[in-house]
Amino acid sequence: MPKVTFVEHSGTEHEVDVPVGTSVMRGAVDNNIPGIDADCGGECACATCHVYVDAAWLDKVGLPVPGSQEASMLSFAAVAQPDSRLSCQITMTEELDGLLVRMPEGQH
Amino acid sequence: MSDVSARVVIVGAGHAGGSAAALLRQYGWQGPITLIGGEPVPPYQRPPLSKTWLHGAGALADLLLRPAAFYRSSRIELQSACNVLAIDRVGGTVRLAQGDDVAYDHLILATGAHARVLPVPGHDLAGIAVLRSLTDADHLRSLIVPGAHIAIVGAGYIGLEVAASARSLGADVVVIEREARVLARVASTPLSDFFQRRHAEAGVGIMLDVTVDAFEGVGGRVAAVRLTDGTVVACDAALVGVGVVPNDALAQAGGLACDDGIVVDRAARTADPAIHAIGDCTRRPLPLYGRTGRLESVPNATEQAKQAAADLCGRAPPPPEVPWFWSDQFDIRLQIAGLPLDVAEIVVRGDPQSGSFAIFHLTGGGVVQCVEAVNAPAEFMAGRMMIARRRPAVASRLRDVSCSIRELAG
Repeated sequence: MPKVTFVEHSGTEHEVDVPVGTSVMRGAVDNNIPGIDADCGGECACATCHVYVDAAWLDKVGLPVPGSQEASMLSFAAVAQPDSRLSCQITMTEELDGLLVRMPEGQH
Repeated sequence: MSDVSARVVIVGAGHAGGSAAALLRQYGWQGPITLIGGEPVPPYQRPPLSKTWLHGAGALADLLLRPAAFYRSSRIELQSACNVLAIDRVGGTVRLAQGDDVAYDHLILATGAHARVLPVPGHDLAGIAVLRSLTDADHLRSLIVPGAHIAIVGAGYIGLEVAASARSLGADVVVIEREARVLARVASTPLSDFFQRRHAEAGVGIMLDVTVDAFEGVGGRVAAVRLTDGTVVACDAALVGVGVVPNDALAQAGGLACDDGIVVDRAARTADPAIHAIGDCTRRPLPLYGRTGRLESVPNATEQAKQAAADLCGRAPPPPEVPWFWSDQFDIRLQIAGLPLDVAEIVVRGDPQSGSFAIFHLTGGGVVQCVEAVNAPAEFMAGRMMIARRRPAVASRLRDVSCSIRELAG
């Protein structure tokens, strides 16, 4: 099963299995990774599953579609960066095995 | 700081209780955690029940807050289908309907709320549903079949979300509302007007300013809703969505202060240092608004779960969050940030006819208290930021769509 590494803002790393077809947010929640609130449960309604995608993975993960709900939400998310994504909108594939994402300082 | 090896008992395994258990482990709580819930399944997400779940999309596993195996691997003892009868604050135990008393050092009450009953004749006929639990949703799903006539009493979020789902499932729908507009208790007039129009366009019948006199049955099954003006609305099934009542009876019987909800402070503490309360069952401080209130929402459940878990684990209190809510109906995504309290002026940004607009609620001093955003995620996020900052905004600029929302949010 593909793996994702979540790096907390403090630097603590968590490597977990995330099944293909599942969102990266769900992988964090199912493994009780600190730093992902996911208030809306993956509906792209709250921007509390915000992550920074590691530079080496940005091409494969891609950026939010301009004008999409995700892009609009992220444009006002606290501490957003050019490599920001909402992890509920990243679906796990075999190609993303080894993905590394970092958590922002907070989700609110 | 508490002794993190002490025993925590959480009563209520909904979004609040389930989140509190998980967060305690995240924050380093080492002691036993017992999570007691009345429903037969692990904690799950309620918002999809009125939407995707009614469409039959998705499996139970997708609905669960965390996988069933999570509780064992996290050393959280989950007791499902288990009701708590009483709290003994002196002895430090809770009494269960079945089995032995459970001892606690810290108790978290996350008992939620239940659907308000419409106290009219026939309210207990077969074919009348409420929507709160998975069991309710499965019942409702069995009633909403193509061609069925569904009467929905109450044009709040539950009523309108189910109306939208039922229409797309091919049912005939009539919504019966006591107030003069839909969403009267929870939304501004321009927003009510918008939703009323969209529902009417989708073929939902909407009856306003009418009150239910009785449900009429045939052979013990609902066949019609009779209104006080004498009108009879024939139906094959009905949904009653007229609000919820906090489950604070256990707390009241235990001598904890309740006032339409268990009274808690900013750290979700009750007056008893051994007892926190979180989620829909609480009356909580609203720091941005200088008063207390009840918030029926998932974000409130998670915010208070964080407060209680942080307090127990001796962590810094989490920063206060701006309350927010969302609703999906047809192709409409409604996001609301803040609460429309102490509002002197309402500003509509964008044209409701376009299907994408936002309504800002301002105090006399121009402080943004609330934003209702329809298919307008940037306005929602910007509004949430403005509400948190409490800096006055200029109404004319908010109204002017040629001023970018980014500029306005500053």
